[in-house]
Amino acid sequence: MLALQGEHSVSGLARRYPMSFAAVQKHVAVLEGAELVTKRRRGREQLVRGNVDTVRDAYRLLEQFEAVWRNRIDRFDEILADGAAEGASR
Amino acid sequence: MTVTSVHKDPEKMTMTISSEFDAPIGRVWQLWEDPRQLERWWGPPTYPATVVDHDLTPGGRVTYFMTGPESDQPRGWWRVLSVEPPRRLEFEDGFADDTGEPNPEMPTMTIRVTLDERPDGRTRMAVETTFPSLEAMETIISMGAEEGMKSALGQIDELLRAEAGPL
Repeated sequence: MLALQGEHSVSGLARRYPMSFAAVQKHVAVLEGAELVTKRRRGREQLVRGNVDTVRDAYRLLEQFEAVWRNRIDRFDEILADGAAEGASR
Repeated sequence: MTVTSVHKDPEKMTMTISSEFDAPIGRVWQLWEDPRQLERWWGPPTYPATVVDHDLTPGGRVTYFMTGPESDQPRGWWRVLSVEPPRRLEFEDGFADDTGEPNPEMPTMTIRVTLDERPDGRTRMAVETTFPSLEAMETIISMGAEEGMKSALGQIDELLRAEAGPL
């Protein structure tokens, strides 16, 4: 649902996915909380639109965070290798 | 390659990074349990961490500061949510003010660490980080990136100084 293109009604999405109206509505509420979609009303319908920029930004942020942890895990390796060398030299 | 998988989920504001180490589980756990070993990997080389308090019990606190190339010292803290040596650790990680007290205006993230023994004696580690909101994610990661950027700039400065030295 993240790749949501254009605007869709919640009932339309419920038809498209193997999910109940209530389940879609709940999912949309979560996405709305994360600013990944925006919702507006048209009469009795609720229309949902994917916020592509937000998804892209969020993914980009997580990529930066991934780099932080990859570096940390590299240091894990160095420390573990150090310990092994010390152990072997004893 | 040590990192075996990375899963980024913008919708759930979560990242899980899994890795495998050629060391027994107890040895890998020490890198979390021993403050002297923790400070060897938590901060990048240009922002080394110094761990002040280190109480890995439920509700316990870990406090630390990092020292940057311009002698800036950002401070942080952990609040231990649950711990089960040598397999599980879950904690909240946040920013602290200059006195080391948690800064309530800054967002926090939750980190869940799981260690598993492989049949071949190697250890698998999964670290799952969850952010409470997109705004929090942006604040936390961009602060980290700023440190990374500063340290990179610091290294460039050093290089330039070194090159200018003999002249």
